[in-house]
Order: sequence, then C-alpha cells, then structure tokens
Amino acid sequence: MQTTAEGAAKPLSGEVLSSHAAAKTGKPVLEIENLSVQFRSSHGLVRAVENVGYTVHPGEMVAIVGESGSGKSVSALTIMRLLAQTAEITSGTVVFDGRDLLKLSDEEMRRVRGHHVSMIFQEPMTSLNPVLKIGLQIMEPLFIHLKMSPEEAKARAIELLTLVGITDPESRLEQYPHQLSGGMRQRVMIAIGLACNPKLLIADEPTTALDVTIQAQILELMKDLSRRLGIAVIIITHNLGIVARYADRVNVMYAARIVESGTAEEVFGNARHPYARGLLSAVPRLDRGRAMRLQTIEGAPPNLLKPPEGCRFRPRCRFAIDKCTINPPLVEFEPGHCAACHRSAELESIDKPVAASHETIGAVANGGSGPILQLKDVTKFFPISGGFFQAKKLVRAVNNVTLDIAPGETLGLVGESGCGKSTLGRVVLRLDDPTDGKILFEGADLANAGADQMLAVRKKMQVIFQDPFSSLNPRMTVGEIIAEPMRVHQILPKEKIHDRVAELLSLVGLHGYMADRYPHQLSGGQRQRVGIARALSVNPKFIVCDEAVSALDVSIQGQVINLLEGLQQKLGLSYLFIAHDLAVVRHISHKVAVMYLGKIVEYAPADELFANPKHPYTQALLAAAPIPDPVIERSRPRRIITGELPSPLRPPPGCVFNPRCPLAVENCRKEIPALRELGPKHWVACSEV
Amino acid sequence: MLRYVIKRLLLMIPTLFGAAVLIFLLMRTIPGDICYLRLAAGGGSVVQDVLDNCRRELGLDQPMWMQFWTFIKGLITFDFGKSMWTNRPIIDEIALRFQLSLQVAIMATLTAVLIAIPLGTIAAVKQNTWIDYFVRTFTIAGIAMPSFWLGILIILTILVTSKAWFGVPWMPPIRYVPIWQDPWYNLSMLIWPALATGYRYSAVATRMTRSALLEVLREDYVRTARAKGLYEKLVINRHALRNALLPVVTVVGIEFAFLMGGLVVTEQVFNLNGLGKLFVESVLNHDYAMTQFLVMMVVAIFAFTNFVVDICYAWLDPRIRYTR
Repeated sequence: MQTTAEGAAKPLSGEVLSSHAAAKTGKPVLEIENLSVQFRSSHGLVRAVENVGYTVHPGEMVAIVGESGSGKSVSALTIMRLLAQTAEITSGTVVFDGRDLLKLSDEEMRRVRGHHVSMIFQEPMTSLNPVLKIGLQIMEPLFIHLKMSPEEAKARAIELLTLVGITDPESRLEQYPHQLSGGMRQRVMIAIGLACNPKLLIADEPTTALDVTIQAQILELMKDLSRRLGIAVIIITHNLGIVARYADRVNVMYAARIVESGTAEEVFGNARHPYARGLLSAVPRLDRGRAMRLQTIEGAPPNLLKPPEGCRFRPRCRFAIDKCTINPPLVEFEPGHCAACHRSAELESIDKPVAASHETIGAVANGGSGPILQLKDVTKFFPISGGFFQAKKLVRAVNNVTLDIAPGETLGLVGESGCGKSTLGRVVLRLDDPTDGKILFEGADLANAGADQMLAVRKKMQVIFQDPFSSLNPRMTVGEIIAEPMRVHQILPKEKIHDRVAELLSLVGLHGYMADRYPHQLSGGQRQRVGIARALSVNPKFIVCDEAVSALDVSIQGQVINLLEGLQQKLGLSYLFIAHDLAVVRHISHKVAVMYLGKIVEYAPADELFANPKHPYTQALLAAAPIPDPVIERSRPRRIITGELPSPLRPPPGCVFNPRCPLAVENCRKEIPALRELGPKHWVACSEV
Repeated sequence: MLRYVIKRLLLMIPTLFGAAVLIFLLMRTIPGDICYLRLAAGGGSVVQDVLDNCRRELGLDQPMWMQFWTFIKGLITFDFGKSMWTNRPIIDEIALRFQLSLQVAIMATLTAVLIAIPLGTIAAVKQNTWIDYFVRTFTIAGIAMPSFWLGILIILTILVTSKAWFGVPWMPPIRYVPIWQDPWYNLSMLIWPALATGYRYSAVATRMTRSALLEVLREDYVRTARAKGLYEKLVINRHALRNALLPVVTVVGIEFAFLMGGLVVTEQVFNLNGLGKLFVESVLNHDYAMTQFLVMMVVAIFAFTNFVVDICYAWLDPRIRYTR
C-alpha cells in the first residue's frame, strides 16, 4: 500500500521499477498453478491451456502476451469461471486471496465476480447492454454486492465516472451506450469494473478495438488507477508495445503454454525463448525505418487438435534439436525469469538477430518518370438524408486532398478511424465517385472516367482488403478466386490460366495444390496471401492496401509485410498503404501522409516525418503509439492528447484539430491552415509550427 | 419519440391508399358480376333490362373512376355503404362479427404470449437438456397440427368427457353474446377456438423466443453481466430477454393481424360467425362493396399492428428511440 501511495504522488513515468520491486515482497493476490483447460468439439479435444501458472501481486500489472488461439483469453476467463459449457478444467488451482476459485460453489463464485475480481472485455461496442441505461449498468454490482440504496449507488456511480475521466457524469447516467463513443464506453466498462473496489482487474485486449490516441488514454488511466488504488491488473494483449510501456511482468504464451515469463525488462532485453525473440524481431517498430527487413517466424502456430510432440514451437524454431521432442519445462534461470526451452542458456550466443536483420531493401525503382498517381484537391462528401422533416447534412469524409505516388513507391496513409482514409482509397479506385477534384492515373483523369475507361484502368489498379475472412467468396476455390480477374479482363487464353494461378500462388508463398482449396480451409495469413495473389493476377502497377495486415497476428503480419515489400522490388509496384498502425506504416512506406477528419495535416518522406514530426497531431499520434522496448518506453516523455475525434458532420471551425491541439491559439479557430512546405518535401498544415 | 410516432402514423396513409387501388382493380378483373350472379346464377335467363336496372341501382354502370371515387370518398368519410348482397349497411353486418373475431384474436394472442415467453426462455436457458427437447417437440407439434383439426379434437374431447363425467354431453354455446352481457357464457364459447389457434401461434412464438434468446445469450454484454456477478435470473430477465424480444414482437404482431381475417376454417369448425366466414362469402357473391371494405379493414389492421410493433420496438430499444 505504501508503494501505491508513492506512485500516486509522483509523476506517471519512470516509477515502475520501484513499485514492482516493493510489490513482489508482499503476498500475491492471485496464484495460478498448473492450470489446464480443454474444450470438447466435434473434431476432437482441444487443449486450450496447458500447465499454465503465474502469480500477480497487489498494484502490479501483469501482461499475458500471445497470438490468437494461444490460450491467453481462456486462461483469464478461467479465473472468472466464465468459460463456455464445453470447457473442462482438467487440473490446477487458481488461488485468489487464500481461496481456490475453482473449488467454490457457483453461488460463492458469483459473489466474487464483479466484487473482488472484475473483468474488462475487448469490444466496448458490444460489451455494454444496448437497451439499459449507463447508470443502471454501473449501479448493478453496487446493488448486488454492496447492498447499496439507490441514492448511495447513484452517488458512487457519479464518483466512478469522474474517476475514469468522464465529464458531466450525472447526465451520463441517463444515457444509453449507443450515445457514447468507443473510448467512453471502455471508460464506462472500467468504471463498472472498479465499482466494488476489486483487488484484481482482468483486462482482455481492452484497447484493441480503439484508436491509438484513445488507447493511450485508456491504458494510462488503468495504470494510474492500479497504482493509486493498489489494484492488481492482468492485461491480455497481442500488442508488444503496450506490454513494454505498461506491464511490470510479462508471460508469453504460445500454443496453450507459457514459454517465457519475467519482468518486462528481462523478457524484452534478454529473451530466452526462440518464440519470444522471434516475436520481438518480427514486429515493425516506430523507431526503425524500412531499411531493415523484418525477421519473421516462418510458418503458423500449430493446430491444437493435433499439437506437435515435445516443444510446441519446434516446427517453426530455427534452433530445434533432437532433444526438443521432449517437452521442455519452464525453468527459472535467473530470479523471476523463466523460459521453457532446452537451449535457453546458449541461445544468446547462437542467435544473432541484429546482424541477421541488416539485410536491406533496395532503393526505389524510380526511373525518373512522373508520378503514377496524382490526386488533386480530391473531395468526397456524403449527403446524409435526415428523413422527412430534416435538412440534408454533409459528411465531409475527404476534403481537398492532394497527394502523389511515384512508380515503385509506397505512400503510407495514416489516421484514426473515421478520418476518411478508407474513403480516399475507395475514391482512388473509383469504388466511390469523388465529389470534386482530379485523380490522375498515368496522366489520365479518372474522376469522370466512363465505365469503359475504368474497365481498362482496373487492370492496372488493384486492391487488397483488410479482412481476409470476408473478402474472399467462400463458395469459390482459391484457384477460381485468383483466376476470376484474368477471365474478366481476358488477359490470358483459358488454357494458360491454370499455370498462371500456380505461378501466382508460388509468388505469394503458397503451394500450387492450394488452388483446389476453399478459403475456410486456409489460415488468416494464407487467405491474405490469396487476396494478394488475386490482386497481382492482372499484372497491376498500383495496389491500394486497405489495412491489409491489420487483422493478422504479429508473426504472420511480418511475413505479409515482407511479401509486399519483396513483390514491390520484383515487380516495381506502387502501393497506397492505408493503415492505423504507425509502426507498420513506418516500416513499409517511402512517404507518409497523416490524415485527420478528412484533411491531410502532414505529408513527408517517411524517415523525415517520423524523425521530425511537425504537426501537433502527428506528434500526438507518435507519442501515443508504444514501442516494444521497455527501456525506451520508460524514458520517453508521455504526452497523451485528450479528447476524441469530433463528428465529421459538424467539424470544428478553422483548423479541424484545434479542440484537441496543445498549440491552438485564437486564430486556429477561425482560419483553416493550408499545407506549407516546411522542409524539402515536408508539408504541414499548421500555422503554429 | 412523439415525432417518431407521428411519422409512423403518416406512413400508414400511402400503404392504405395503395391497397385501396389494388383491391378495387382486382375485384373488377374477376369475370361475372353480382347482378348476374344474383339474378341468373341458377341457369335461368334474365332480360337485359333487369340486369341493367340492378347495375344502375348498385352504381355499377358508372365509369370506373367514378366508382373508385365513391369508394375512396366513403372510406374517408367513414360512410362504408351497404352490402350489395344483403342490402344492409356494412357497419351493421360487421359489428358483431368484428367483436367476435377481435376477441378471439386477443385471447389467442394472450394464450400464445403466456405460453411462448416462459417456454421459449426456459428452453434457451436449458439448451440441449430434456426440458429443451420437450419444448421443441411440443412446438413442432403445434406447427404441424392444423388448428381446425385441433379444434375438432377439442370439441370431441369436451363431448366425450362431459358425457363421462356428468352423464349429459355438453357443447360450447354457438350463439355469440358480447362479453359484457354474459362473460361466462361468452368465454365458454370462445375459449376453445382461442386455445386451438393460440397453440399453433404460441409454437411459432416459442421457437422465435428460444432462438432469439440463444443468440442474445452469446452476446458480449451477457458475459459482462455475468462478470459483474449478477444473479443468473437477473442476467436472463433484465439483460438477455429484453434484447431477445424484438423479433418475438414482430411475429406476434403479424400473427395477430392474420387472426383478424384469416380464421376461415377454424370459424367453420367452431361454428363461429366471424370475419373469415364473411370474407369468403362476400368474395363468392361478388359483393364488391363488402369485399372492398373487408380487405381495407384487414389492411388497416395490419398497418396498425405494424405501427404498434414499431412503437414496441422503440420502447424496447433506445437506439431506435433516439436516432429517428
């Protein structure tokens, strides 16, 4: 308790080590030992969690990291005993506050849930009941567990909403979830979680669905509350940056087992498991440019219906030896730092990640010709009909955007959700018609091109979508999907299509026999490769990648990024790479444009923009995005911008960023700043820099 | 909210008008007319003058648009005219039958809802247990069994058991008396058709409740409710059921409107003089005025039920309440 008081008194950054060291001496609030969970499915038994154990101390933030299907969420739901009915806990103890939660009766467990242990879920949009008022949803646990009267509960609810940083709490109590933004809803979820002063808060991917600036706000809030109130927090995430910035201890999970655990510094600085090391080198980083190729882990995580014998990572491991067919135990080789690898001691000497990853990427194949794509004052307004009695409103999705892309170049387009970046991508492809402006593709204006002209152009322009699950027709085989554009555009005679499909499959790193498979038989990463092969089938010159890697796990994401970069070099492609993940954009782009509420606020070569961001919004975005390195993270100043994206229906007057801008002056509320060239090719739309 | 209600009400007008045009034209495309049917149906021959006279009396000699105008004017001024067959005012012909059909519909709906919601809920909560299997069998039977057949079964059972118990066979009364004149007599007559139709109706609604609730129980907010440590009863009743009711309300609304004019065979079985029977008779008789009125009435009932369903939606779901 003493440490938490200290933590509250001091500024936010730089105090993690001391609080952690002190916390460890106390009694742990949660001790999980030897936990195994399995699911019965029609295909067989899935061992989702195997022999997992970790401890959590008061005031400590413990991260569980892993890719999808690694069992991290299942292990957390087991603590709450909220598993589906098909789940079966086969062994282990979950001792919370001296009691084994797995041995409690349902009624005793109900009294623990929401009272002593609470949980926050991934999707703030669906985690609150849409038909009940916010107030009732916050007060429910107060009524049930603390037997408060309505007046007491209301007072406490107002107190909680204030605590989580929601303004005007009293009127919020009367609102419904759909009236709040995603960030606000997650704050409400935290308020519900904190209602009864729990000892342990479990957060399952609490910010995955949120934008990066909102993510930073929410995580800062959780970290701050955990310190001030001495609450232990388990945070489940796939985002290594978050772990580096916020976690005291890290448990890395792979295929149902913990493969490495230790303090954040130890795991990030001196990883002793090949998977943990691989993950750290596979993730694109804000502080590394495109010169360095990502060193990825080959292959995909195993199917837990038929896991490999011995070490689960063996089939993907570069250092696998015969002994690895025997399951390695989790060994503590320095105090508090464990790894499950037979070769963890020698790993440091045999693995030279830095040297290996200096394989650079060739320079841009720009033959000095003009840009392949030029956007001039492109504008897209969506009219929203207000029904019978209301005037029409305009959503200014894209507002006067001017950009250009050279052959063989990648332009990264970053921004938070709702900023208009995807709309811009659709307008470029003419999936939506621009309201105004010019789209010059190889010199010809597409803005008013007819259907015939567009058909010809579509051969040269392709798109890769975000969701590899829904963007492939489930009733067509992979071969048919890839062949379709070739047949539509009559690029090849029929007999040759089959060979071309096989060629394209091998180009994107798939096997020829996969042409006969259906999309559901492939993994997410493989499906995204199929999407890429489909785009390549017509020999395009330009591809719009709309969040093309966002839905993929870290190790798979790295593979796809490398593939895209390799194809660019080989085929001289140009990309418009639309993404919200700054590190990915940084890694893949030559030039970057930052978009906010339909406008480009900053536009510069990638290295220049990330080294020397000028616009306050770009700076805020960069500050909010965590770097997967605790040493760097803990020395970085944290400037988290407040507020949220305004509605594009009612953009603020003047500079659209002014309500959230730390530099805003009176003039910003009146005049719309134009893009100015501050350095060579470095354009900024701000009058105050 | 008020605006939402007004908007919904105004939207009923084009629906009603469209239906009026359609039924007016459809009736006149059927070959033969009421005068011919009335005077020469037996195969006898009629003098043309008599037919013309009859048509003039009923206004069938007027141009089409004029007839349509008379029809629409009647609708707007609530002057629905006379039955072309019996020559009595339509309102008088309808009055008792409407009461009867409305009462059967309401009673059947009550029966259905009272069975469906508890049964559907318990089946969803106890999914894949013997309770669930029982409910599913019960509802499948309800859907498969025609209500008139169930009606015959009910009547036979009443006859047989009353004979066995009291020695005298008892039959439900067949002369309709409004409920406020003799409630006991009235109910003892109408409860049986209400049960017979209500069973099938409840089967549809039960299955809808069950499947909607199963879907809602998988939602994130139900997990949130459990994670808060709420009693399971509260999780179901407050958090899940209210969200699951939306599709159920739709089904109940449509079924109710259907019962108001579509109970032709069941009315026959229970010897009820309801709207369904009148409907069939007036169509067979080419009674334009009566058929047009009945169709318009059923359309109005459907439109109004939909309106009530929309209001229920808004009441159940704040997202609808606030965004419109």
